Amino acid sequence: MSHEIDIDKHVRTYLFVFGSLLALTFITVGISYLHLSVVPAIGLALAVATVKGSLVACYFMHLLSERKLIYAVMLLTVLFFFFVLLGPLVTETNPIEL
Amino acid sequence: MSAAAIPYTVEPRPDSGLNNVKIGIWLFLASEVMLFGALFAGYILLRVGAETWPRGAEFLSVPWATTNTVVLISSSVTMVLAWAALMKKNFSRYKLFMGLTVLAGFGFLGIKYIEYTSKFHHGYFPSTNTFLSIYFLMTGLHALHVIGGMVVNAYFWGPGSKMWKTHPQQFINRVEIAGLFWHFVDLVWIFLFPILYLL
Repeated sequence: MSHEIDIDKHVRTYLFVFGSLLALTFITVGISYLHLSVVPAIGLALAVATVKGSLVACYFMHLLSERKLIYAVMLLTVLFFFFVLLGPLVTETNPIEL
Repeated sequence: MSAAAIPYTVEPRPDSGLNNVKIGIWLFLASEVMLFGALFAGYILLRVGAETWPRGAEFLSVPWATTNTVVLISSSVTMVLAWAALMKKNFSRYKLFMGLTVLAGFGFLGIKYIEYTSKFHHGYFPSTNTFLSIYFLMTGLHALHVIGGMVVNAYFWGPGSKMWKTHPQQFINRVEIAGLFWHFVDLVWIFLFPILYLL
């Protein structure tokens, strides 16, 4: 019985997260119509997307209640992800002035 | 002589506290993060290196993309509700929500088809410019992931659901793992939507 109550609680959380994701989607679109300059527009859009992504990962993918091994895998992945994401930009800054 | 059973498909391993299926899908998702990460890096490098970069709305339809975002988010909810229905041993409710998830996948691809054909009618192809090239590459790869997820979900909605009668806990695990992939596909779209359509 208590197990069923727990699942009902989960379902209420899923529906709340669903509502939040919809609201954040329309906020993202709304921000794009403000015609901000590039840097704040990118910063705001990525901030909202990061919140949305975190909601999906934490609640729908149950990352909040996972074991340490999964956190270790994700931590390594995030580190390499940022390396891959930002590493190529070094070529754009041309630090050795070729 | 019976076939050797694959260990730790349901029960957790004593060392990690996780079953092998859960570890396997997270390692696979880690590789997927790197795959899309490389493409996001390519996008950043192309954009930073370009003298001018168009706003996505100049070429793309924001209303269609917003609709697709809502469709994919909704499918993530129905997917997790399908899993919750199994946890409550409500098989008919599971069938309903998993069926809705598969239908939402078709809806997403249908809208993508409308978007792509509209581009082609206007003479916009991957070879037209760098923006459209990276747009078709990233959304095309994402659409392939949607198709892959739909095939798995449709199997667990149809013939694969027979396992519910024989190995219910293993079936719940399978649906959870399929759900993790589906949510990842949703997560990738959450980032593709603003960078390609809105910025």
